[in-house]
Amino acid sequence: MNEATEHLVAVGRLDDIPRQGARVVRTAFGDLAVFRTADDGVFALRNACPHRGGPLSEGIVHGRSVTCPLHNWVISLETGEVEGPDHGCTAVIGVSVADGVVRLDLSRLAAAMAVAAE
Amino acid sequence: MTARKLLVVGNGMAAGRVLETLFETAPGAYDVTVFNAEPRVNYNRIMLSPVLSGEKTYEDILIHDDAWYAANGVDLRKGARVDAVDTAAKTVTTADGTVHGYDKLLIATGSGPVIIPLPGHRLPGVVTYRDLDDVDAMVAAARAGGRAVVIGGGLLGLEAAAGLKARGMDVTVLHLMPTLMERQLDPAGGYLLQRAIEDRGIEVICKANTEAILGTDRVEGVRLADGREIACTLVVMAVGIRPATALAKAAGIAVARGVVVDDQMRTSAADVLAVGECVEHRGACYGLVAPLYEMAKVAAKTLLGEAAAYEGSVTSTKLKVTGIDVFSAGDFAEGEGRQEIVYRAPGVYKRLVLKDDRLIGAVLYGDTADGGWFFDLLRGGTEVAAMRDTLIFGPAFAGAAPLDPTAAVAALPDDAQVCGCNGVCKGTIVKAITDKGLTGLDDVRAHTKASASCGSCTPLVEKLLVATLGGAYAAAAVPPMCKCTDLGHDEVRRLIVAKELKSIPAVMQELGWKTSCGCAKCRPALNYYLLCDWPGEYEDDQQSRFVNERVHANIQKDGTYSVVPRMWGGLTTPDELRAIADVADKFKIPTVKVTGGQRIDLLGVKKEDLPAVWADLGKAGMISGAAYAKGLRTVKTCVGSEWCRFGTQDSTGLGVKLEKMMWGSWSPAKVKLGVSGCPRNCAEATCKDIGIVCVDAGYEIHYAGAAGMHVKQTEVLTLVATEAEAMEIVAALTQLYREQGRYLERIYKWAARVGGDSIRAAVVDDLDKRRHYAARFHHSQRFAQVDPWAERVGGRHAHEFAPMAALGIGEAAE
Repeated sequence: MNEATEHLVAVGRLDDIPRQGARVVRTAFGDLAVFRTADDGVFALRNACPHRGGPLSEGIVHGRSVTCPLHNWVISLETGEVEGPDHGCTAVIGVSVADGVVRLDLSRLAAAMAVAAE
Repeated sequence: MTARKLLVVGNGMAAGRVLETLFETAPGAYDVTVFNAEPRVNYNRIMLSPVLSGEKTYEDILIHDDAWYAANGVDLRKGARVDAVDTAAKTVTTADGTVHGYDKLLIATGSGPVIIPLPGHRLPGVVTYRDLDDVDAMVAAARAGGRAVVIGGGLLGLEAAAGLKARGMDVTVLHLMPTLMERQLDPAGGYLLQRAIEDRGIEVICKANTEAILGTDRVEGVRLADGREIACTLVVMAVGIRPATALAKAAGIAVARGVVVDDQMRTSAADVLAVGECVEHRGACYGLVAPLYEMAKVAAKTLLGEAAAYEGSVTSTKLKVTGIDVFSAGDFAEGEGRQEIVYRAPGVYKRLVLKDDRLIGAVLYGDTADGGWFFDLLRGGTEVAAMRDTLIFGPAFAGAAPLDPTAAVAALPDDAQVCGCNGVCKGTIVKAITDKGLTGLDDVRAHTKASASCGSCTPLVEKLLVATLGGAYAAAAVPPMCKCTDLGHDEVRRLIVAKELKSIPAVMQELGWKTSCGCAKCRPALNYYLLCDWPGEYEDDQQSRFVNERVHANIQKDGTYSVVPRMWGGLTTPDELRAIADVADKFKIPTVKVTGGQRIDLLGVKKEDLPAVWADLGKAGMISGAAYAKGLRTVKTCVGSEWCRFGTQDSTGLGVKLEKMMWGSWSPAKVKLGVSGCPRNCAEATCKDIGIVCVDAGYEIHYAGAAGMHVKQTEVLTLVATEAEAMEIVAALTQLYREQGRYLERIYKWAARVGGDSIRAAVVDDLDKRRHYAARFHHSQRFAQVDPWAERVGGRHAHEFAPMAALGIGEAAE
């Protein structure tokens, strides 16, 4: 087992997340948004848009992007970066899906959330 | 040297291929005994579907007959089940208690069907689809006729359905997911597949959650979670397969999802190998034949002490239903740094996914001839930059000079059909353009009828104009809906009705969307258009709605929500006010504010509290005020003739009636109404989307006002004498707007675009038309007037309102 897998924490099942939707996972360092794309890709981001902190979990999921519900910034689910003319980035959390169980890699959660919050 | 003893557990295609390779490479190296739980020789399991449909027989699909086993000195024990393996003593024990020693053991137990433990799943008449016995059972059932229900709309399920249909049964496929074969196909491909399956007379029900299998002595039907019952004589469960690992697990061999093997196909136990569907290699399990054969070659070499490594497989899938061509391979998900190339034509859908100038995934539907070529490019990691522009057209174009779309159209032969509706070929159109000096789309339509019917070939005709006229042709500047299509909103709306498109994937496929799943701009628009055009038929797609309309509250800047209950015409009661006050106290709602639309806004409600807040408001008789909706918001009123000394009519009463008529309706943008009891206009009706100003002579109907970023006074539509007439005209006007408005276009913008005369003609002057529009509005309202709050208090979409998980500090720390 490598270091990353020791920090994998099960947060629920793939079926708990609607296709082209998201669910929130609460942590001591703030909320995460766990997304499921139309083709069952699963991604996790800090649940805050780099623009004004909007809850990305509430946005419309299209392709591998989400559009923030507050001001329509488009964020890549894979890199956490803002797409298009705007700039910014939100923290990406590693995800593993096996046997329908979604696990998050929380090994660097505190650091990721702290940097992202600045 | 005496041959060593090899025992093989399982006699499927993987084991068969290991033995073939072994005997070819080193005949006599092993003394082989095969234990086969099935009472027969090795056959081609992937050809079971043609046997089921009657296109082939069992004999046709034999791989190794008895003579082959004899010739190679294999001791084949048919019907012999192995019960235990002792890896220390290096023995296996069969069901009859005999013990056999081995030098090497090969586990090839394959996989078993997944059986959902529904009530009634043990009834006679419930079968799986895995081996020849299953096929025999299905063929026998088909002879008796009746209806078969196939649970599972994946590869196996659809092949079973097609086979049973070919055997003369009525067939219904129940599939839990929204589209068929969703693991291999994207929604567009799934949509085409469903249509093709339905064209064969097979009923398909997606999002079907089977609750129970019914019957006392044998199967009589199934019941779905929504209460629907389907009578049937046969139920086929084809929901998936699971590696058969029990034997290995009991022997203490490492098992995860499958029996864990290394690149040499060795398990965790010494001298024990495993191949086929029962193994897990580098975290992956395979259910397709190509990887099994690759594994088998490596296993044979390992058995012979030769170096070989299996490094995992890229897989491709084909559906074996005659006449339906589906191919998918690799990873066809969208993503960062990936580009997709989508090609759509009637009945054809192709999608390629590229990353770093290499093909990483392909989905082909309808025309799969190039599947093998794409698969080779994919497996070889071939650089495709040079042929990127023509890649999707297959090897015929590969290497040719890149074509731009106009040049591709120019290259079409003269007899290529451009307009399917009117049967117009390219040559006819080009000739008309040059001979008659045509310069625009309308000219071409008038002279050739091309693109004059359904219009879906319009982009093609425009490209022909460009190709023929060059710079002389200036296309009509219709701004496309979004980057996913060249079509404008109006064209899309017209085609949805003309072609009877009833789902988002159907629109995207039939109208040639350039992306596979649309974007955040087109999806909400399409969802509204479909909802408006097919009331009662189209099922609202929650994931294509903005958050406010999904959770029926308004999101605020801090992620909390505001809740606005409906107050009919601005009227409330002491009981309602008490309930609102109690809710504000109970849920510690920080701000209570009166809105501009004469109702009360509760601001700062936590998302998790929403259903409980609604439950309390609901108990006091209040429903959602839809303050978040692209739909009817409020009807603002003054007190009118009931109290006011200037009032000419009962404006409050009319406001309440209008709100009761219109609540719940969705529209292109928000709709606000006002009813003033006299021209003093205290309800400010003359800056509303629709306003009524009561006068002595009756009701002056206004529309197209706005008081937002743009402030605009209403225009007078007409004056009518009675309330009933006023209500009919408001219903007709709203419906006309609903059917013509572009998504997010307010009434005043729509009116400016289509012109007040056309609106007046339809909803004032022509009484028949007015009644038709009003009737369509009322029909639509039958399905729309369901309180979304009450539904959600009842548990609908519960996942929206609760976090998926809440991790404690211990789990999250470090």
